[in-house]
Amino acid sequence: MAKSVTEQLVELIHRNTSDLPEDVEAALSAAADGASSDSESLLLHALLENAALARRQGTPLCQDTGWLSFFWTIPPGTDASALRGATEEAVARATANGWLRRNTIDALTGASADTNAVPGLVPVCHFETDPAADGITVSLLQKGGGSENMSRQFSLPDASLGAGRDLDGVRKCILKAVCDAQGYGCAPGVLGVCVGGDRAEGYLVAKEQLLRPLTDRSPVAELAALEERVTAEANSLGIGPMGLGGKTTVLGIKIAARPRLPASFFVTVAYCCWACRRHTVRILP
Amino acid sequence: MKELTYPFSENAIRGLRAGDAVRISGRVCTGRDRFHKFLADGGSCPVDLRDGALFHCGPVAVPAEDGAGWRIMAAGPTTSIREEPYEAGVIARLGLRVIIGKGGMGAATVAACREHGCVYLQAVGGAAALIARRVRRVAGVHFLEEFGMTEACWELDLDGLEAVVGIDTHGRDLFAGVRDESYGRLAALTGTEK
Repeated sequence: MAKSVTEQLVELIHRNTSDLPEDVEAALSAAADGASSDSESLLLHALLENAALARRQGTPLCQDTGWLSFFWTIPPGTDASALRGATEEAVARATANGWLRRNTIDALTGASADTNAVPGLVPVCHFETDPAADGITVSLLQKGGGSENMSRQFSLPDASLGAGRDLDGVRKCILKAVCDAQGYGCAPGVLGVCVGGDRAEGYLVAKEQLLRPLTDRSPVAELAALEERVTAEANSLGIGPMGLGGKTTVLGIKIAARPRLPASFFVTVAYCCWACRRHTVRILP
Repeated sequence: MKELTYPFSENAIRGLRAGDAVRISGRVCTGRDRFHKFLADGGSCPVDLRDGALFHCGPVAVPAEDGAGWRIMAAGPTTSIREEPYEAGVIARLGLRVIIGKGGMGAATVAACREHGCVYLQAVGGAAALIARRVRRVAGVHFLEEFGMTEACWELDLDGLEAVVGIDTHGRDLFAGVRDESYGRLAALTGTEK
């Protein structure tokens, strides 16, 4: 019998929480090979050993199973509310299985929503309708709270950074965000960056960049060049894994641009820990 | 690799140096945001932590298969800096010898570690599957109803959890050195040196 949408989503969550993406693991492995000290090498090898163990056991990579964002691409006419309902049910099941931590707190009362599902509110589902889509696909991103606390939004110009309204100003904002994050967000981090937009669009587009494989480059030549330069500069800051020093402070930086108002020039940085947990699957209705 | 076993003696703790690799065994208690605020608001600690260890951690726990007690699926350090406003007071009041967390802490905690004979240990952030294997058993849990599973105080018996001394009792702080140097580099890269 075909699997229900809920069952397919439970499988996606189980995989996502326990199976570090291949490109992230490869980047950690390359960092471990190039480590500048015994302690840096030890920390990075522990992360790799942890990734292998979590995958083998099917248990969470990190106890902070994070804020779940589901990014859906659906053909016109798809019942999005049914997909949202199935997602909520899948999250509750995954939580009961110990694949997600009880991680959802009422902001006013402090009470825990023990299923991690609050109907209509969490987990968050973003729906994009695509007339060219030949089916339903969904990407799941799990991003931990320690790293979310390190995300930043800058408004240019910023005199304290000597940052004007240009790509060099953007570069300075990104480096400041990496420096402020130190080891608090579980470096080495992966950064998604949005140049432009309003404040809300900036955070969303920055987060979406975390879905890009570490091996890709921006299709926009200026942004591709900036990604390369700022990644090298971030790694020259010496913060290293967990903020204990070393050559690898970031695994990758992905930048996108969006239109902005004449008055606004936001640079938004979504800081993700090394455990950048994301997978994309097709869902069969 | 130095072995540390609960109860931790002041002598053993004062003998550690920032950068030392250690393995911790025996009883530790988890406590994070809710627990620190609870203490700061005048609440009393349900566990005697004199010569003990506080672990900044919110684990993933599931009821054990035999129906009695709990099994830890994933456990690892949470970001410690959020507890900086409270930690110096907590060290003094509870008589802590060890704090386990990630990312380092601030000047008040460094001073309290020196004054009271406490160390801050950096565990490997995010290595929750590995660290869960070092949890031999769950000895008890407090505030499960009030704080929820993630924020509750879990008494864990550890078996050789690996960590690095980040802040010692002599005022040395590995994180501060990295922080100062990185901000110096940032100033050079942005052309904002003073």
